[in-house]
Amino acid sequence: MTEATVSKPVPRPRPKYLNVVKIRLPLPGVVSIFHRVSGAGLFFLLPFLLYLLDKSLNSFNEFLAIVSYPLVKLLLLGLLWAYLHHFCAGIRFLLLDVHKGLDLPCARKSSYAVFAVSLALTFVIGVKLW
Amino acid sequence: MVNRHVVGAHYGLKDWLVQRVTAIYMALFTVFFAVRLLCLPEFEPFAWHELFSSQLIRFLGFLFVLSLCYHAWIGVRDIWMDYVKPVGVRLALHMVTLFLLVGCAGWAVHILWGL
Repeated sequence: MTEATVSKPVPRPRPKYLNVVKIRLPLPGVVSIFHRVSGAGLFFLLPFLLYLLDKSLNSFNEFLAIVSYPLVKLLLLGLLWAYLHHFCAGIRFLLLDVHKGLDLPCARKSSYAVFAVSLALTFVIGVKLW
Repeated sequence: MVNRHVVGAHYGLKDWLVQRVTAIYMALFTVFFAVRLLCLPEFEPFAWHELFSSQLIRFLGFLFVLSLCYHAWIGVRDIWMDYVKPVGVRLALHMVTLFLLVGCAGWAVHILWGL
């Protein structure tokens, strides 16, 4: 009797790419994680933004002195991008919530659009304010 | 017969909805405020100050502050829930987030209405 040696399939160890530098996210995933990171950034710097608003309304010259530092300008430019990305990606998520643009080609295109629009607006406003 | 026992604190759907409603309000306010800003003849202290002394901006701005803080609370809490597992640390971070946001809301109202 020949024994059909059907070897049990040994489950191969699944790759666990929890290594941040090894994760390759598709574009919609990149939009998503940027949405989270930008939201967190805006949250952490909220006190700084309030401080600037306070200064701008109560002592404009001090405000100008603070925002004329290149490092502060760079930070504000980053926050501007964070706000605009959060804004555009948020609108995209709201549309996905009502089942608009769920298919893959459309989701990819809208992801491109989020980056294109938020970066373009950041550039335009940034150049105007710098 | 399917006997589903729904467990949990039942705040998930409410938070999901609040996050979206506040997002829509803030998006609309952002566009409105950007238009008002672009209508300024130039960016100088007097015009900037006058923009914020308008009663409409104070009213809508107050709602923006509340929306922002509620929205940020849900978002930041979700981040802690996703990445921070030890209960004590997570609770502490939740508390710090809440205090920071409530404090910022008070400060923002003071800036808006204290002019």
